[in-house]
Amino acid sequence: MSVQSNVEVHTEWGIVSARQAGRNLAKELGFSSVDQARITTAISELARNIYLYAEKGEIIIESVERMQSTGRKKGIKITAKDEGPGIKNIRQVMEDGFTTSGGLGAGLPGVKRLMDEFDIDSIAGEGTEITTIKWNS
Amino acid sequence: MQPSIIEMIYSQREEIMKRWEEEVQRVSENEMGRQLPYDKYNETNAEFIHLIIDTLELDQNEAKEKLRFFAERLIHAGWPLSYFTQGMQAFRRVLLETMTSNDSLQSKTVFTTFYEIESWIDGIINQLVDEYTGSWENTLHLQKLALKELSAPLIPVFEKISVMPLIGTIDTERAKLIMESLLEGIIEHRSQVVLIDITGVPVVDTMVAHHIIQASEAVRLVGAECILVGIRPEIAQTIVNLGIDLGKFPTRSTLRKGIETGLELTQRKIVDI
Ligand SMILES: Nc1ncnc2c1ncn2[C@@H]1O[C@H](COP(=O)(O)OP(=O)(O)OP(=O)(O)O)[C@@H](O)[C@H]1O
Ligand SMILES: [Mg+2]
Repeated sequence: MSVQSNVEVHTEWGIVSARQAGRNLAKELGFSSVDQARITTAISELARNIYLYAEKGEIIIESVERMQSTGRKKGIKITAKDEGPGIKNIRQVMEDGFTTSGGLGAGLPGVKRLMDEFDIDSIAGEGTEITTIKWNS
Repeated sequence: MQPSIIEMIYSQREEIMKRWEEEVQRVSENEMGRQLPYDKYNETNAEFIHLIIDTLELDQNEAKEKLRFFAERLIHAGWPLSYFTQGMQAFRRVLLETMTSNDSLQSKTVFTTFYEIESWIDGIINQLVDEYTGSWENTLHLQKLALKELSAPLIPVFEKISVMPLIGTIDTERAKLIMESLLEGIIEHRSQVVLIDITGVPVVDTMVAHHIIQASEAVRLVGAECILVGIRPEIAQTIVNLGIDLGKFPTRSTLRKGIETGLELTQRKIVDI
């Protein structure tokens, strides 16, 4: 049922490809243009974090479905995976303004607000996996 | 190449040419069939093998020059580089076959002759490959330059007012160019107000926002003011979701409104007459 695309990220081109793949699927699933922008931006943040902090990794983009009393709900699921340094203090990186690279520190908390579901799984020294879903309302 | 080798090749010229054509046909059917312009195929093959044979008696530099000229012309017409490298390699194979099937030749002669042919052909192949990657790198370099010029233009639209229209993805490289071009342009055109138009930027993420904020701070340091225009509604929403505060950053919805503000800031306005 689900279309899935995997995009490798180890250059800035990878970030752009991941975004494009996300935008295409979001469009296909009928997301509004505001939601398309939210999804693309979220992918951009996750992919850039991979590029900056883990050097390489991948972004997996797929469609998901859920049954509800009101009927079937469709959504897009983004998984960002890397085998980089991992995140020691997850609470800290979710604070607005926390950055180790002189950035705005708005990426991760921003993704959480842009999307509907958000989950970080990270082991220091082993890598990071972030999953996030946006449902089409 | 040694006269004795050339003589040997010339004495069997027709045979070698025929075999070469068969060999090239065989290779190209397997490997590059789709890429070759077929209408010119036989013609080009004939030209190529004649050229190889004619260049045998030239010294190596002259030979390289002639073959390079030929290669360059065809590469421009869309032939793959592998056509040349494989054509040269096929020539080497054919010569080896011709020599080994000739019973009157001693194996030592075959060996030394073949060695000489091999280094002659390798020299030419290396040169072609170098040339080709060289011209490819050169093209890439020129394209990069062209892109660089296009990527962050600052246009003086009125006295003291300039516009930087940004179109397309902004990566780190481009973000740097935007900064440079802004600061240089402001000095050059004596701008007091710069409008950065992001209508054509598909994604404004934290990195892009950060660079724009930094650029506008730098602009302020050189005594000018930066106004952000062309923020599409969906981009405005994502910026808010990201939690980025553009509150202290002058923005206008459209370029036109931005220009009006720029004129006001420089004590001018547009009037109907
Ligand atoms: N994939 C990852 N691997 C390891 N560390 C990460 C990863 N992603 C984020 N981090 C850490 O989390 C911090 C916060 O990330 P976040 O994306 O919120 O902000 P930022 O990247 O520093 O700046 P911004 O995204 O605003 O440009 C980063 O500075 C980095 O230390
Ligand atoms: Mg980030």
